[in-house]
Amino acid sequence: MSLSAKQKATVKDFFSKMSTRSDDIGAEALSRLVAVYPQTKSYFAHWKEATPGSAPVRKHGITIMGGVYDAVGKIDDLKGGLLSLSELHAFMLRVDPVNFKVGNHLRYLSVCGKPFVFHIVLMVPLVLRPPQLLAHCMLVCMSMIFPEEFTPQVHVAVDKFLAQLALALCEKYR
Amino acid sequence: MVEWTDSERAIINSIFSNLDYEEIGRKSLCRCLIVYPWTQRYFGGFGNLYNAETILCNPLIAAHGTKILHGLDRALKNMDDIKNTYAELSLLHSDKLHVDPDNFRLLADCLTVVIAAKMGAAFTVDTQVAWQKFLSVVVSALGRQYH
Repeated sequence: MSLSAKQKATVKDFFSKMSTRSDDIGAEALSRLVAVYPQTKSYFAHWKEATPGSAPVRKHGITIMGGVYDAVGKIDDLKGGLLSLSELHAFMLRVDPVNFKVGNHLRYLSVCGKPFVFHIVLMVPLVLRPPQLLAHCMLVCMSMIFPEEFTPQVHVAVDKFLAQLALALCEKYR
Repeated sequence: MVEWTDSERAIINSIFSNLDYEEIGRKSLCRCLIVYPWTQRYFGGFGNLYNAETILCNPLIAAHGTKILHGLDRALKNMDDIKNTYAELSLLHSDKLHVDPDNFRLLADCLTVVIAAKMGAAFTVDTQVAWQKFLSVVVSALGRQYH
């Protein structure tokens, strides 16, 4: 699901329009992630607090958004461009456990409240789920702040970009 | 059984009482078909879905979007037993329509994005939490009778 040239241009254009509000979107998106998907707070247990709207959450959301903007500039080679960030996540931050065990998979899915049987075939590594959830929260914030500009065509291009970004971040996970 | 706080019930009811079913229904289904094009497989009889522009102008899709949204009314009226409310619809989607239930979540996400655009700043964190909780219960109920 790689981006067409037109979609890359769409992403660059929209992010450029968004730049004045990018801090707000980053901060809001991370707040919403921990509120709507409380299981993601497990990655921030080392903070004093990981409540929506709290200072560390907002600050980190802004940092993440900065990384996303950086990735826009590397849109033609996300894997190569994000190699060091992937290593950082994999080995230092340990965003997600390295092992993909069926047991963990099921437990995680029961937390998400989904019927078990359909996800046996999903076979998406556990590591991809939190970035997908964050991407959804980012899309919601973009939609709220730029309702006219965030058309379905922009939505699909940005969603694909964020999915590719997540994949590139996972490059060094195992 | 799903527990709802008074605040959550109030939020969900408020969203529905201000909802333009035609506008939001149409926009949500169109967005789903554009953002997740594989969902078009379930709409073979709905006319021209050639590209985003034709999807957005398609009257059959617009009507169906409205229908889907009104389908959520049932959950709204029976928030304490959404699971059984959708038992029959779940079987329909499984046995007759053959829809992969993973797609319910995709449509729900698109609906959330469209509502967020409509409500703007009023779509607060608490609103999103309650709204997504509601939709995830609906999505779960719709997938429950698959066999």
